[in-house]
Amino acid sequence: MNFLQSYVYYIGAFGLIFMGLFTMLVKRNLLKVIIGLSILETGVNLFLISVGYISKGTAPIFSKAGMEAERMVDPVPQALVLTAIVIGVAVLALALSLAIRLYHHYGVLDLRKIKEQRW
Amino acid sequence: MRSIISFILLLIIAWGVALSVEKIPFGESKTRIGDYYIERGREETGASNIVTSVVVNYRGFDTLGEVTVLFVAVIGLSAVLATRRKQKKGAVEPASLVLYTGCRFLFPLILLFGAYIFIHGHLTPGGGFQGGAIVASAFLLVYMGCRGRRISRTRSKVVESFGGLVFLVVGLIGLTLGGHYFLFNFLPKGEINTLFSAGFIPIIYIAIGCKVGSELGGIIDRLLEDSE
Amino acid sequence: MILIVGLLVLLMLVAAIAALLFKDLINAVIASCMVSLIAAILFYFLQAPDVAMAEASIGAALVSAIFIIAIRRTKRYEE
Repeated sequence: MNFLQSYVYYIGAFGLIFMGLFTMLVKRNLLKVIIGLSILETGVNLFLISVGYISKGTAPIFSKAGMEAERMVDPVPQALVLTAIVIGVAVLALALSLAIRLYHHYGVLDLRKIKEQRW
Repeated sequence: MRSIISFILLLIIAWGVALSVEKIPFGESKTRIGDYYIERGREETGASNIVTSVVVNYRGFDTLGEVTVLFVAVIGLSAVLATRRKQKKGAVEPASLVLYTGCRFLFPLILLFGAYIFIHGHLTPGGGFQGGAIVASAFLLVYMGCRGRRISRTRSKVVESFGGLVFLVVGLIGLTLGGHYFLFNFLPKGEINTLFSAGFIPIIYIAIGCKVGSELGGIIDRLLEDSE
Repeated sequence: MILIVGLLVLLMLVAAIAALLFKDLINAVIASCMVSLIAAILFYFLQAPDVAMAEASIGAALVSAIFIIAIRRTKRYEE
C-alpha cells in the first residue's frame, strides 16, 4: 500500500505514455496516430509535474502581502510544462493540416494504402 | 502480428523504465534552484506568482522560443492548407434562435474574462497563454453559434504582429539600458500584490495574451474554410 | 485521499484504452478530451494551478475542437 501511495502518479504518467506509444505503433488510420501523439504528450507533462512535487507543499504563489515562504513545490518544472503544452498544440495543428492535405491527395487515410501507391 | 511484437517491445521498455523510476523518490526536494527562485523571486522581480516570474523574467528566452514555434506552426498550417480556387459562397443554414442569442450574449463576457486572466498574470494563477486560449475559445463560440461570420483576417494579423513586436522591443530595450542582457527588468518594481508592479511582466503578458489568442483563433479560422 | 487519486488515475487509463479501441473517430476524440480533463484535475492535486488552467483550456477545449474540425474534412469512421 505504501508502494502504491508513493508511486501512483508515476504509474499514471507512464501508463499514458505506454498507451500513446502503442496507439502510434499499431493503428493504421492517420488520425488515430495523431490522437495517440496527443495522449503521449499529456503523459509526459504529467510525469514532469509529478517529479517536481514536494510532499505537504503548497502552490508557489504568495497570495497575501506578508506571507512567508513555507514549503512550496518546485516552480521550474511548472514553467517548462507550460511551454510544452503550447508547443504540443502547435505540433498537433500542423500535423492535422498535413493529414487533411494527404486525404485530399490520396483519397484514403490508411497508412498502408498510402505507402502502396506510387505517385 | 505487428501489435503482438510492439506490445512485447513496449513491455520490455516498461520494465526497464520501472527499474529506473523506482530510484526517483516521490515528494522530496530534488534541486536547489527552485529554493533560490522562491526565496529571491519576490524581491528581485516583484511578482507574487513565482511561476510567472520564472517564465517571463528568469527564463524569458525560452518563452521567446515558444512564441516563435507557435508562429512558425501557424505559418506552416496556412501554407499547407492554402487553396487557389475561390470558395463558393454556399447557403449557410443559420443556427437556432436560442443558440444565436446566447453566443452573442456570451462573447464579450468571455473576452473580458480572458483579458482579466492575462492582465493579472503576476498576481493570481494565470498568465498570457491561459488567457490567450480563453480568448480563442470565445472566437470558437462565434464560429459555432453565429454561422457565416468570420474574423477579419487583417485585424487579427495586425494584433498578432503587434504582440510579437512588443515582446521583442521590450527585451531589446532591456539589452541597451542597464543590465547588458536580454529582458533586463528596467521598469520600477512597485509594491507587491498591486496591479502596477513587477516591472515589465504585465506588459509582456498582455503582448503574449493578444498574440496567442489571435493565433489560435487564426488556426481555427483556417481549418474551417470550406474548400474543394 | 489516496483512494481518490488512484480512482482518477484508473479512470484516465481506461479512457486512454478506450481512445485506442473506438472505431468512430469522434468517440476517440471525446475519450482523449476526458484524458486531458482528468490530467488537469491531477495537476491541481499536485499543487500546480497554472498548469491545470493551461491544460484544461488548451488541451481539453482547443485540441478537441481542431480534431473535430479535421475529422469533418476527412472521413469519420476508421477502417
